[in-house]
Amino acid sequence: MKVSVVRNILEANERIAEQNKALFQEHHLLVINLMSSPGAGKTSLLEKTIDALKKDLRIGVIEGDIQSTSDAERIARKGVPAVQINTGGACHLDGNMIRETFPEFDFSQLDLLVVENVGNLVCPAEFKVGEDFKVMILSVAEGDDKPVKYPLMFHESKVLLINKIDLLPYVDCRVDRILKDSLNINPGLVVFQVSCKTGEGLEEWTRWLRERVKEKSRAFKNGSQG
Amino acid sequence: MHEMSIAQSLITILQEEMAKHRATALRSVRLSIGEMSAIVPESLSFCFEIIVQGTPLEGAKLLMDRIPLKGYCPDCERPFDIKDFIFVCPTCGSTTIETIAGQELSIVEMEVE
Repeated sequence: MKVSVVRNILEANERIAEQNKALFQEHHLLVINLMSSPGAGKTSLLEKTIDALKKDLRIGVIEGDIQSTSDAERIARKGVPAVQINTGGACHLDGNMIRETFPEFDFSQLDLLVVENVGNLVCPAEFKVGEDFKVMILSVAEGDDKPVKYPLMFHESKVLLINKIDLLPYVDCRVDRILKDSLNINPGLVVFQVSCKTGEGLEEWTRWLRERVKEKSRAFKNGSQG
Repeated sequence: MHEMSIAQSLITILQEEMAKHRATALRSVRLSIGEMSAIVPESLSFCFEIIVQGTPLEGAKLLMDRIPLKGYCPDCERPFDIKDFIFVCPTCGSTTIETIAGQELSIVEMEVE
């Protein structure tokens, strides 16, 4: 007997992600899902971002890694609440893992929550966690062919941070190719070229992010779901 | 390698649907896998086969249709094929297009006893 079953395979995760999102909305909290390959600079970028914004914004961090607590320790040294998730092998975070961290946070005391996903340019793009939007990092050392090789990540992200631009003289990476291919995949992508090492470009990124946090809290004050 | 999570979610849904239809065995299940979804069909089949061992789902065939990317341009009011991951209307060059196919990760039908 054939039975028609029209169901999204990821529906269970998407349901939990929607519930997470609703909770974040109640607290006017902007949530970003930060993704990249291992070693592209997620934690360094996050440290720099916290340094730039912690005077004005209350920030919390969820760190996702297969093993170890070293990233959460790095973030905690910045004086912001950080919770480590060890996925124990899983290559991405999902809605349920994020939900399990909730008892560790007081969301009424936060303006921005950053979820640092497991380093992986493929899987995290498929799993929503309840974020407002996804931010991805591509470091120039990884090469300029990544948008065409991993289009889903570029398509799902709202922001692309091209990191380690201080290395451009030493690597065969054409930023114009990254820009052309990633904007073909996602014409609305917001791109920043940065170096966590030299600090170049970081101010533009943090200014942009600060505006999004303010927009979110303003939207709620005006009664819109923004 | 997130095919294991996908296989687990798939099996949960299939078990629910089999219970709903009082099915005792699963013969096959047909999935739509969008061109844009980052799924390796062979890995998904492999994970599926491992998890269903010793269950009424064991031996079921996983049939996967790869769905090509399709866009729709609201300005030209027509659909088009998205080639080489270029999300731009080939007629008018608009970038405000809708992706209408190619991102699926869904079950279409199952054959049960």
